[in-house]
Amino acid sequence: MNLLAVWLGKLVLGCLRLIGRRGNALPGLVVEKVFPRYLPRAMARLTHGVVVVTGTNGKTTTTKMVATILAERYRVLTNDTGSNFVRGAITTAVEHSRWNGRLPYDVAVFELDEAWAVRFTEVVPPQRLLLLNVMRDQLDRFGEIDATARLLAKVAAVTTDAVVLNRDDPRVAAIAGETRAAVSYFGVAPELRAQFPNDEELYGGPLYVSYLPAAAELRALPSEASPETSLNVGDKDVQVLLRAEGAHNAQNAAGAAALALTFGFFPSEVASGLRRVSPAFGRGQSFDVEGRRLVLQLVKNPAGFRQTLRTLDNADPAAVVVAINDDYADGRDVSWLWDVDFVPTLRGRATRLSTSGTRAADMAVRLRYDDIDVAEVEPDLEKAVRQAVSTVDTGAQVVVFSTYTAMWALHAILLRIGRTTDDRVREEQEIP
Amino acid sequence: MITLVHLYPREMNIYGDTGNVIVLRRRCEWRGIDVRVVPINVGEPLPHDADIVLGGGGQDAAQGDIGADFVSRAATLRAMADDGVVFLTICGTYQMLGHEFLTQDGVHIAGTSVLDVTTQGTPTRLIGNNHIDTAEFGRLVGYENHSGMTTLGPGVRPLGTTVTGRGNNGKDRTEGAVRDNVFGTYLHGPVLAKSPRFADELLRRALVRQGADAGLAPLDDSLPEQAALVAVGRPR
Repeated sequence: MNLLAVWLGKLVLGCLRLIGRRGNALPGLVVEKVFPRYLPRAMARLTHGVVVVTGTNGKTTTTKMVATILAERYRVLTNDTGSNFVRGAITTAVEHSRWNGRLPYDVAVFELDEAWAVRFTEVVPPQRLLLLNVMRDQLDRFGEIDATARLLAKVAAVTTDAVVLNRDDPRVAAIAGETRAAVSYFGVAPELRAQFPNDEELYGGPLYVSYLPAAAELRALPSEASPETSLNVGDKDVQVLLRAEGAHNAQNAAGAAALALTFGFFPSEVASGLRRVSPAFGRGQSFDVEGRRLVLQLVKNPAGFRQTLRTLDNADPAAVVVAINDDYADGRDVSWLWDVDFVPTLRGRATRLSTSGTRAADMAVRLRYDDIDVAEVEPDLEKAVRQAVSTVDTGAQVVVFSTYTAMWALHAILLRIGRTTDDRVREEQEIP
Repeated sequence: MITLVHLYPREMNIYGDTGNVIVLRRRCEWRGIDVRVVPINVGEPLPHDADIVLGGGGQDAAQGDIGADFVSRAATLRAMADDGVVFLTICGTYQMLGHEFLTQDGVHIAGTSVLDVTTQGTPTRLIGNNHIDTAEFGRLVGYENHSGMTTLGPGVRPLGTTVTGRGNNGKDRTEGAVRDNVFGTYLHGPVLAKSPRFADELLRRALVRQGADAGLAPLDDSLPEQAALVAVGRPR
């Protein structure tokens, strides 16, 4: 039956390619309808089982980190296209299966959003689970964050072997009591805690410091003096130059490291895996547009936006564009922009600042009320980028913060008017 | 000097409602009007010189956490309202200014009776872009997201009426409630971000109450007006 399912899925994929589409959901949907048991059967054959990575922020990059570390030993199947649903997982499995129906991998690492993680794990109970954080995100779609935490607890309850929790997020740490799998933790050193506010702390709640032992702990962030991130992994200190920038990625690296330890990986393997992780789609990817370096950063929710803004701490871009769309996938409600404090990063900077996307004017209003000057409000994404590029010197950097649908549009625009300077995207570009 | 009281910033801060505090504060600062923001958490006394009281929406659990504290202030809040203090309360705080909240399970949760409204919990959630027309402040633009259905009594009048949104209860086209200088509404957004006329009206009323010269210097509101126009044209 797996054979037929794989053939069916590959057929749909092939048809999509013929008409020039790169489908993620459709092949999975068709296979799911016709062979509902395909995915659990295929996954059950993986020697080292399934790893699920979930939480509000950092899933995509952390999934990439876990997959890259595990690749030090195993053949890893992963959904690194940002398609984080059950059907995306089926498509990934089908696409990577041989024509004889075999899946030539040892372990699968899947990124799933909180709601889909529940549905996925009802079908495929994972061996391992990495829970990153629970933050407010698109409340018009997901409802309250307490409800989100309950979803994550359900996923932990069906995980069989190991659950790795962020000890610094009280909603996540509390899930330890909800699983029969072995629990371990990752975290940041107490002296760094204030730099990683959880949802309560963002709104003035007291700083929460956990003393649970962490299997992997972030010890020091990169600085201008020392560009390496310091981690303690399984009681051993390791230094890693992370290509995925930003404090949140350093924190996520500790999560990925703790997960790898549950496989019995050595700290040296963890470190060498982390060094090879390149930025994920839209998370710090860079492009060359007319001799200017353009960096694309995805922003989806208040906590994520705050973290991503901090990538400007050690950077001095000549221009910044903030592109806010309000399509369904972005969240129709743009009120979350008011939960981001732009003052520390943007007020008083000489950087040329402009806003774009369907809600360009909303974003400009938000910045104005933080007393930050906006040079231009240009809803058209391409015009906004071209304008930003043309006002800065050759060799200068332009950073674009963008919501989900704006990022996809920008990605296409940037490949057309410029070229990627990231290896992985170049590969994607060749696929019609 | 304008004193802005921000009710329960830790618990009642969902959907960017804290932005209303930012908007009023800046619109004072830009005009050279002294302004201070006083956050009030559970157990902390309300200042005697409050000019404007602001409260936002919260998660259900958070509303439970502050409920008793809020109700214990009922007499004070009613006296402030009678005295002309300006209130802008959104969603959960609006509900708690009413007589009671009747949950889906039939539990009566007492409110503060500052506003003559009652709210009934339902399994339906009214979610989407919304704008309302008001007689006094023109169009107010925001976003609604609530499952409590609010019915107005004779002691209040609606803040406005909605055409595309669902409003207080999804039935009578009304949105929000007003008595004296007390305003309640389901408009997040935050509502003042794209409704500058309304923001200034709140400041004006606070200044009039102080006996101060309430002539507010005009500000350039072309950006918020542009944002409002865009929002009104977006799908629900």
